[in-house]
Amino acid sequence: MSTQIKSSIRFGTIAAMSLGLGLLLAGCQQNPPEATQQNGYRGVALEQVQSPKILAKLAEANQAPEVVPPGDRTGPRASQVYQNVKVLGDLSETEFTRIMVAMTGWVAPGGVSGSDEGQGCSYCHNLNNMADESKYQYQTARRMIQMTREINSNWTNHVGATGVSCYTCHRGNPIPSQTWFTGGGHPKNLADGGGWMGANNGQNLAGKHVGRASLPADPFTPLIQYAETIRMTGKTALPTAKGETIAVSERTNALMNHMSESLGVNCTFCHNSRAFAEWKDAPPQRVNAFHGIRMLREINANYLAPLNTTYPATKLGPEGDAAKAYCATCHQGAQKPVNGAPMLGEYPELGAPRP
Amino acid sequence: MGLLTTIDYQNIFTRVQVRGPDDLGIPIAKGIYERGTTASHNYWFGKIGDAQVGPFYLGVWGLLSIACGIIAFEIIGLNTSQGFKIIPPLSQGGWWCIAGFFITVSVLLWWTRMYRRAKALGMGTHVPWAFAAAIWLMLVLGFIRPVAMGCWCEAVPYGIFPHLDWVQAFSIRYGNLHYNPFHAFSIVFLYGSVLLFAMHAGTILAVTRYGGEREIEQIVDRGTASERAALFWRWTMGFNASMESIHRWAWWFAVLTPITGGIGILLTGTVVDNWYLWAQHYGFAPSYPPVNPPVVDPALLPGAR
Repeated sequence: MSTQIKSSIRFGTIAAMSLGLGLLLAGCQQNPPEATQQNGYRGVALEQVQSPKILAKLAEANQAPEVVPPGDRTGPRASQVYQNVKVLGDLSETEFTRIMVAMTGWVAPGGVSGSDEGQGCSYCHNLNNMADESKYQYQTARRMIQMTREINSNWTNHVGATGVSCYTCHRGNPIPSQTWFTGGGHPKNLADGGGWMGANNGQNLAGKHVGRASLPADPFTPLIQYAETIRMTGKTALPTAKGETIAVSERTNALMNHMSESLGVNCTFCHNSRAFAEWKDAPPQRVNAFHGIRMLREINANYLAPLNTTYPATKLGPEGDAAKAYCATCHQGAQKPVNGAPMLGEYPELGAPRP
Repeated sequence: MGLLTTIDYQNIFTRVQVRGPDDLGIPIAKGIYERGTTASHNYWFGKIGDAQVGPFYLGVWGLLSIACGIIAFEIIGLNTSQGFKIIPPLSQGGWWCIAGFFITVSVLLWWTRMYRRAKALGMGTHVPWAFAAAIWLMLVLGFIRPVAMGCWCEAVPYGIFPHLDWVQAFSIRYGNLHYNPFHAFSIVFLYGSVLLFAMHAGTILAVTRYGGEREIEQIVDRGTASERAALFWRWTMGFNASMESIHRWAWWFAVLTPITGGIGILLTGTVVDNWYLWAQHYGFAPSYPPVNPPVVDPALLPGAR
């Protein structure tokens, strides 16, 4: 074979291999192209990198349900018309009925598949006596309505005038699809080591809720439930007091991973990444996120965690705790839950109780 | 055909494999262990280096080093954790200390072996000292700095992803390691090493046809290969290294990468708690004009919860 033919074959082989490698690498990126939006001063990489394909999918998945036509606000109050109405009693009869109809669609439109927990009204109610409190779902729903009104009236620094409804979390499911239990869904014995085996400190587990990082798999129990410190960066240029440990820092990173994943945004959505801790140069969204964390702490402590005594044992987590809320519970991958649909504007019944 | 020649010429594999009688090396002083007396040849090794495999010499230091390395590897693999006290219970970081002890001993023994082998061959000790620079960084990360900080919890965990997450957490905890000037030095030497490596390797390959690979002789007896290479660099950047200086440059750039990096790590937390604030204070890092309306830490506002 002449040298020229040999070289041609070799050239062809290399070209084919390069093409193959290119295709292989192209396969790694699932959703090209990416769109980049600059949010900071030029040249400092403060930008959001997002895939229009993913955004379109998210917009589709976060469609708001059809609005139930508004009711007449006048007339006798629900508490006077129906028995045992402890919440929403301040609404008119038609408003009350409207919310009951909407809730059925939001929470239990088809009941729980493969279960005898009922569907529609019967998911919460004894159909023979609608005032019967015996179903745990009935008691839970009452508490959840109080929580919704609390969020809509006292947490406007997070939810704004948009507000939330049952649908914001439930999305047609009796139990919201994205919640957390203590332990991060990993067996407890891994965390304490069990005897003389090494403890993993609840990390190195490809945590389901923290972006599959090896960071602590459950940053929510310490940081949300027990409101331990999230801020760990040194506060002064030179050391002045004993600072936080790297373990604390990793826990914060885990929570931030969760926030980033839940909202489908980069770190730079809320932070100036040259100095994560600094508020001075931070994007305004960080203030909203700050209040979101405080909101989660309060609603988990006051509304969700105490329901562990209401739920049947089968609904509890491995450590006997009730399902709790984190960012993903409402956001579900989107920067604005339910595409920012004005939940409170459409359902003013879910605002602060009227006098 | 110019392109085809280039592809051939830039090939990562060696184009020449020398196959002579086995080269068993110079005679050396007797130790407890004899050096191996056999060697074989491997075609594929010849593609990337010397085709001759062996003779082997492991020796006392090498055997001990490998034994300690295996112990550490097994502990890390079976049982990883992170500890908090000087002598913590096994389940609370004791295993980490034991693994750290054995991996450190293993590396130090391997260093001893390298040093002794270099001496045995009558060589300079440049390679062991370069290895020592890397050991310095490892000791700072896993031993010296944690001791200075008074907590093993400051040390790097073992494991691929855990150690990567540690780097991220460490940087943010101490206010962004990129504003640590010694981190900057380390990056300069790291990227500089890469640049020098590419420049030097490219130059020598390019003048191989004139005998340019006989670098050591050419320190004192330049010849046309050296002269062409030198003129090439004077033409392209006005200055050229010599056959001696390029190797000194390369060695020092490589060695200064972990030395400066180690200094930067050692200063973090012990001397500086927030590198961003430090860099702002000393004008090491610029401020940028604000783009967003000013934001105030909500925790400082009245009524904060």
